[in-house]
Amino acid sequence: MAKAKEQTSATIDPVAACAPEWTDILRQMVLIRRFEEATEREFRKGRIGGYLHVYSGQEAVASGIITALQKDDIVFTGYRDHAHALALGTEPRRIMAELFGKATGVSKGKGGSMHLFDVEHGFYGGYGIVGGHLTLAAGAAYALRYRQTERIAVCYFGDGAMNIGSFHEAMNMAGLWGKAGMCPILFIIENNGYAMGTSVERHSALTDLSARVRAYNIPTEKVDGQDVFAVRGVADRVVRQIRETGTPYCIEAVTYRFSGHGAADILQPYRSKDEVEQHRHRDPIGILRNRLGEICNLTDDDVKTIEEWASGEVAAAVQFAEESAAPDAGELWRDVVAEQGPARENE
Amino acid sequence: MTEKSYRDAIRDAMMEEMDRDGNVLIMGEDIGVYEGTFRITAGMLKKYGPKRVIDTPIAEAGMVGTAVGMAMLGLRPIVEMMTMNFAIVAADQILNHAAKVRYFSGGQVDVPVVIRGPQGAGVQLSAQHSQTFESFYAHFPGLKVVAPATPADAKGLLKTSIRGRDPVIFLESAALYGMKGEVPDDAGFTVPFGVSRVAREGSDVTIVSYSRMLQMSLIAAEKLSRDEGIECEVIDLRTLRPLDLEPACASVTKTHRCVVVQEQWKPFGAAAEIAASITETVFDELDAPVARVTGEDVPMPYARNLEVLATPHEQHVIAAVKKVMYANG
Ligand SMILES: Cc1ncc(C[n+]2csc(CCOP(=O)(O)OP(=O)(O)O)c2C)c(N)n1
Ligand SMILES: [Mg+2]
Repeated sequence: MAKAKEQTSATIDPVAACAPEWTDILRQMVLIRRFEEATEREFRKGRIGGYLHVYSGQEAVASGIITALQKDDIVFTGYRDHAHALALGTEPRRIMAELFGKATGVSKGKGGSMHLFDVEHGFYGGYGIVGGHLTLAAGAAYALRYRQTERIAVCYFGDGAMNIGSFHEAMNMAGLWGKAGMCPILFIIENNGYAMGTSVERHSALTDLSARVRAYNIPTEKVDGQDVFAVRGVADRVVRQIRETGTPYCIEAVTYRFSGHGAADILQPYRSKDEVEQHRHRDPIGILRNRLGEICNLTDDDVKTIEEWASGEVAAAVQFAEESAAPDAGELWRDVVAEQGPARENE
Repeated sequence: MTEKSYRDAIRDAMMEEMDRDGNVLIMGEDIGVYEGTFRITAGMLKKYGPKRVIDTPIAEAGMVGTAVGMAMLGLRPIVEMMTMNFAIVAADQILNHAAKVRYFSGGQVDVPVVIRGPQGAGVQLSAQHSQTFESFYAHFPGLKVVAPATPADAKGLLKTSIRGRDPVIFLESAALYGMKGEVPDDAGFTVPFGVSRVAREGSDVTIVSYSRMLQMSLIAAEKLSRDEGIECEVIDLRTLRPLDLEPACASVTKTHRCVVVQEQWKPFGAAAEIAASITETVFDELDAPVARVTGEDVPMPYARNLEVLATPHEQHVIAAVKKVMYANG
């Protein structure tokens, strides 16, 4: 069995921590939070339809990993996918327009919240069937090596997804291909404690989730997913290792979602208000902000500037989405199968 | 008779059968503590306890496979799919195992398992969450496929499903959950498989449908009657396997014209089978080719305006009726 590491808190080099990059990360995490709050508002107004799953509370897991990647690395995730796209650099307005079902959206309004997709920024989706994308990501990682690139794939999934067959098939194949250096993939367990209304204790025979990954010869590391320093610290190291060796690695980020599972999950009978309140004390944005305040003299004014900037970005995104046109009727028939023409050079 | 919603009728059927037979149990994702994403199973965990109301991990293949094993050993499991879109993860367990074990064992085992859940287009649920599956399952011998259009049928057909000896794919329409209708109170009330019903009488055109499209066809028929003086006879198939086309064929013998309405994609769909069978049986009675009303042949788009274009509506039924009457334009 592969090795396990447990990393509960980060060791911070104060000089590195005060690099301007950390303020950028704070900015990104605040942008994600403001963006998600706006999507919940717009959903209630009926301007966003379908299912809506927000990422509030988990920002450090998207930002801590994705900021450690190179520009041409690629990311796969499930339906809770807005944050990953934002962290990869997709313009907020193109995501918001997608959620509004507009032609200017990343997927021309044809995918919606669960199916964001932005190949240009390395985002390969956005999938709605739990666990379905894990095998896709393993195959994509194989392709990256096969084509002799230095790029790596990152695949996010929830604790609940670890109970479905495709999880086990993907892990075993990745572990196997990794032996030949042919699977440069970083798996991220977004362990937020619940699969919809079922807690990890109620859905998993073995609650040490990453133990299951190690059973497939993939090393794992558990990290405090509320602490972006910790997440990023691990990511920097393992991303380098994956790139060098072509072997898979798995980070279990222990985190918490502040909102309901989806917009319809209002009553939340599976957890108490108290429990949610407790976790709000470990808000990843608060943790980072306080840290930067303590060791790098980030001031309240600096924070205010960031907040205002993020709110402005999001307001502009909403306005853009609102003012954009719906897709034209002809779009209905486009993209079902390839149109006549030369094959696409898939990146 | 009591007025009940389609949702409550389904719950009543399950609870009555669980009261009647201790071997009936239900399993599914978030059906117990959470009480079901559509609240079909509300109150059931409390009443029957966790041995009979089993919250499962996200493991559709596992749920169906274990249910088949339970069924082979004398239990009567009901598997709730959060939506039927997720049941295709369990396609092998359903199609290769549930549907075939009786046959390849030479009839040594019964497989009384009911796989039920909502299907169909919602509002902006996009490509992976908006599908209908009746033709997919009805293609396979060894399965029964049920698609009720009313609360009474939902209850009566589900009770028959639970009491049966074979695997049943019980397709609910999420859009009908809130629909109300008269449901018999008698705990012995069941509706047999393979018996279609005339949902509306008429003399000009026969419309054949099931599930939500049946309700839509009835609305179209009322509009045609009011606005055009065209009287449609509407046939509710209730089950697609077994498929009873006798009332439909008898109706066509009277009207000589036929429209089949389904939500799914046109190629190889349920309407193709129904239209072909009607044509084979009463070809000489037809004054026009059987017309099909279907969804557009594309994955479901997210944008609301495109979604509306992708799904069949009353006006499509009305246009098809006029077409078989050569009354367009
Ligand atoms: C195969 C399948 N079954 C059920 C669902 C319905 N569903 C959507 S999300 C979800 C919970 C997933 O939990 P987890 O993997 O922990 O991710 P989280 O939502 O916590 O981020 C369920 C059951 C689905 N989308 N796909
Ligand atoms: Mg989870």
